[in-house]
Amino acid sequence: MSSASRLDALEDFRDLPLAQGLARAIAQAMPETGEVRLMEFCGGHTHALARHGLEDLLPERLQLIHGPGCPVCVLPIGRVDQAIALAQQPEVTVCTYGDVLRVPASDRLSLRKAQALGAQVRMVTSPLQALQWAREHPDREVVFLAIGFETTTPPTAVALLQAQAEGLPNFSVLCHHVLTPAAMHAILSGPRPARIDGFIGPGHVSTVIGSAAYESVARQHRKPVVIAGFEPLDMLQAIWMLLRQRAEGRHQVENAFTRAVTVQGNTKAQALMQQVFALRDAFEWRGLGTLPHSALRLNEAFAAFDAEQRFGLAYQPVPDHKACECAAIVRGEKRPQACRIFGTGCTPDQPIGACMVSPEGACAAHYQYGRWRDEPTPAMPS
Amino acid sequence: MCLATPARIAQLLPPTDAWVELDGVRQRVSLALLDDAQVGDYVIVHVGFALQVIDEAEALATLALLRQIQGAPHP
Repeated sequence: MSSASRLDALEDFRDLPLAQGLARAIAQAMPETGEVRLMEFCGGHTHALARHGLEDLLPERLQLIHGPGCPVCVLPIGRVDQAIALAQQPEVTVCTYGDVLRVPASDRLSLRKAQALGAQVRMVTSPLQALQWAREHPDREVVFLAIGFETTTPPTAVALLQAQAEGLPNFSVLCHHVLTPAAMHAILSGPRPARIDGFIGPGHVSTVIGSAAYESVARQHRKPVVIAGFEPLDMLQAIWMLLRQRAEGRHQVENAFTRAVTVQGNTKAQALMQQVFALRDAFEWRGLGTLPHSALRLNEAFAAFDAEQRFGLAYQPVPDHKACECAAIVRGEKRPQACRIFGTGCTPDQPIGACMVSPEGACAAHYQYGRWRDEPTPAMPS
Repeated sequence: MCLATPARIAQLLPPTDAWVELDGVRQRVSLALLDDAQVGDYVIVHVGFALQVIDEAEALATLALLRQIQGAPHP
């Protein structure tokens, strides 16, 4: 492909007249009566919907339900407490992504506050930076706190393979990588399955795991899944395809992000993950509870790099803040504005719950962009 | 977290890295997850790694499809 190609990977998928045309097609594809409820699983989609104001283009009877696809939102407090305790050990430096630093933990702490109190914590934007820090600081125990869905997992695998090849003795990984299909099954199972008519499937996760990974979700729960990219036209296309499946009584996996997602996904990335990780028997998610086979740990070949084993860490569950509705929000049961501390006690500057932390958290996205659309609250009587 | 951005490969840095560019911003990324990315390809970049090459033919086909959908009859 030459640099004189005809594609502008971003702008071409933000075309306003085309978006308005798609919005008309969506309005026509709606059923005559009743609500349609679609869950965008991925926090990136939640953010894109809010940022581009797409809800203004959509019919009122079409409800978009925000899903749990935001890694810091589903990371339970106990896991953050564990990382803070580790960072407080004098010889340890914890490296992790920026969003994780701000997640509220017990005792009004977060990794960032622990850092202010003297713990060694570093923000990185790639696991390779954590690896480099370990190379440059042989006197420190450098722990990479790895969180994220399948998008973020292969880079952790590459860092671990590199560490093993170099025999880097002072690098380890605290692995909290989680799996998308397991969470989708959980949302549609149990005593309170989410009332949704279909999923907008995650785009970047799917570049890695492929569209085939959702076949069992669609088949078992009889819900359509349409994978979408993150530009406005991508999302509108996926919504239209979901409505079309609904009208035709189908529940299949379809792909509206064919420029980046294939049926099988990135097999090289999958092979690297296979080399390094194994399924955990169970893992606690905020909001979804303890789910079997829903997260990854390092496999036996990488036990020497497993921070849980190296530091003898045990997991202790901790309940959420009493007023926080994050758990119901990540299950799609409540909207951010239904939480009584939304925008008052809990803001992006002073988050109480994890959904207010990351830009892709449902509460943060709504605070940043969506709250202007809410009904004004009546003035207080003077 | 799982947000990623498309960027174009400007220069290969063997064995595993490349410079990518988006709107004049340059970043060094690892191509360790890809087999045969070339200069000029759009890739999806996430936490310092290119995750996938964007298929330009598919992108253009999707845009053509979208133009059709907006004129499509009731499903």
